[in-house]
Amino acid sequence: MDSEKRPMLPLIGSEIVKSTLTALWFMFLTFPIMVIKISPLDKTIHWRWMNLVYVGAGAFFLSFLWRYFMERKVQGARADEDGGWQKRAGQRISTDRRIYLPGLIALGAFVAIFPFLFSSYQTSIMITALMYVMLGLGLNIVVGLAGLLNLGYVAFYAVGAYFFALMNHHFGLGFWFALPMAGAIAAIFGILLGFPVLRLRGDYLAIVTLGFGEIIRLILENWNDFSFGPSGIAGISRPGIMGASLTLHQHTIYLYYIMIVMVVFTMIVVGRLRNSRIGRAWIALREDEVACQAMGIDKAKTKLMAFALGATWAGFVGCIFAAKTTFINPSSFTFMESAIILSIVVLGGMGSIMGVVVGAFILILLPEYLRAFSEYRMLVFGASMVLIMVFRPQGIIGGIRQHYTFQRKPAADAGEGGDAACA
Amino acid sequence: MEYFLELFFGGLTRGSIYALIALGYTMVYGIIELINFAHGEIYMIGAFTALIAASALAMLGMDGWSLLALSGVIAIIYSAAYGFTIEKIAYKPLRKAQRLSPLISAIGMSIFLQNYVLLAQTSDFLSFPALIDEFSFMENVTIIGSAELVIIITTAVATAILTLFIKFTRMGRAMRAVAQDKTMAMLLGVNVNRVISATFIIGSALAAVGGVLISSQIGQINFYIGFIAGIKAFTAAVLGGIGSIPGAVLGGLVLGWTESFATGYISSDYEDVFAFGLLVFILIFRPAGILGKASSEKV
Repeated sequence: MDSEKRPMLPLIGSEIVKSTLTALWFMFLTFPIMVIKISPLDKTIHWRWMNLVYVGAGAFFLSFLWRYFMERKVQGARADEDGGWQKRAGQRISTDRRIYLPGLIALGAFVAIFPFLFSSYQTSIMITALMYVMLGLGLNIVVGLAGLLNLGYVAFYAVGAYFFALMNHHFGLGFWFALPMAGAIAAIFGILLGFPVLRLRGDYLAIVTLGFGEIIRLILENWNDFSFGPSGIAGISRPGIMGASLTLHQHTIYLYYIMIVMVVFTMIVVGRLRNSRIGRAWIALREDEVACQAMGIDKAKTKLMAFALGATWAGFVGCIFAAKTTFINPSSFTFMESAIILSIVVLGGMGSIMGVVVGAFILILLPEYLRAFSEYRMLVFGASMVLIMVFRPQGIIGGIRQHYTFQRKPAADAGEGGDAACA
Repeated sequence: MEYFLELFFGGLTRGSIYALIALGYTMVYGIIELINFAHGEIYMIGAFTALIAASALAMLGMDGWSLLALSGVIAIIYSAAYGFTIEKIAYKPLRKAQRLSPLISAIGMSIFLQNYVLLAQTSDFLSFPALIDEFSFMENVTIIGSAELVIIITTAVATAILTLFIKFTRMGRAMRAVAQDKTMAMLLGVNVNRVISATFIIGSALAAVGGVLISSQIGQINFYIGFIAGIKAFTAAVLGGIGSIPGAVLGGLVLGWTESFATGYISSDYEDVFAFGLLVFILIFRPAGILGKASSEKV
């Protein structure tokens, strides 16, 4: 009894010392910015000592939590080596029909009646989230599958949106005509970007794509004759349905169903693409460029395909975005937008379709529902991004690699194997 | 000709600031291959700390060079402390994770820090005191101001010290070793964690120097300045060849001059288009940057 208890006390003591030191460090760190506030008009200093107390207390308790979860993460990593329960559960859910079929039906039913259960505002938020699901899936082709870090993805989104807006403004082109064309134009821009960057790798590619995104935005902002500059384009027509006139609420519902169809379509296409010849070539390219070329894969063609097919989805979403808001201007297409889309892909789990869906819902709905905290929401948003990455670096739903397991059967058809477990 | 010289020195000043921030990017990248998106925010925090310290000290009756020096030192200490802490929280737990995870963590950190300053201070532009006095011997010079001169000289001195530090000190050698091969350095008894912390501290301190100097010249700051500066500095680092210290300085200067001349002779609207256009153009012909070594991959 005694021998077991004794080490506990110094342990708790050292934990308290650690947390106290952390608290003191953060009090020091936040002192000038949190405590002192200069009012610029009358040149007086406003001291906010209470903030120091809050920071100290907060850091003291959070550091306990931090160490506790760190400890758990280390132990979790050890457990994962012999097949963690999460992985096994995930595989079971995705392979066992009895489990996932009822779930899928319930989800489908919920999705179908969603606009009638919730207000127009909620539906509108959901449309935005679905748009980001599509953007995430598109970027997932480029980043998750082909391993090309693209920080200028928003440029293709802008291309799609401006294409529809300008065509609608000048020629009165309708939504349904513009939608496929917006995708095609975005794909052409994808190839245009792809050509010069074929030779670049890793982070050089990242900065060039970032630059490309900024160039597109700056051109839209400054070329007034072409794009109407920062004031943007207003009065874009909403998608019509056989010429019927709809109210705003009906439009939202209609758009919601368009988005659902588009997202399901995207998921199917991306899922099929991933298992196709080109999809395997992308994954090979991501894993090892040299080995991939040695296997006879045309690197240039494969990369360009990734850029073009990734950009297409952004073009579609851009077109839908313009139709949804009926007003666009360049400030919707900043680098931050690219960063959010990339975060969706990485946060959800690279290469995983379900991961992207979950990531998009978290990143888009979180700030929306954090509006209760109004001014703190972006603070919480940034902090959650860091925390999710620190505690789940592989993403919320990591991409499960497709593998074939060889199962020796006792009877005559021995050697006949092949049971695909996929995410 | 005078207009040309004015643009030349304007570009040199701007480029110096880019170089100071780019050094932090390039050092961090060289050692842990991470694009530290929060680096621009450290520069912004440096500028804010300097503003707060300078205002507080000015009320105590301090002025002139001593005010600049003291608030500069405070800003450097705080920026370094922030850099150190950010690495411990957001990057160190991710050292063995896949490559994009720390990048997302860095973007999250950047959003967090921007909003932290926004909430704790203000979203308005704050006027920054002109800490750098006019020199008396500069009275008749029109092509370059005193603040610009101070910026250029400080950058040159800081870069020289950094180069000597990396070349000749024990820590500098350890840094080069870790940049070359982290595992091997560890086997040879280099304390890798300490080297990485030192890199963040030095990079952040340089960013703070840049933040104080440019804010003093421009005269106003807000919570968003770090973002733009960060992207530009990152561009400069890549332009010069990321991971290379002279490359970062050269990239910063080239970028500064491009922007300055493009603004002066063509149009100020397309300043950034020229900057990024130049980047794309150079990378097409030199895919590893101006001074970067094109490495062939071993199989």
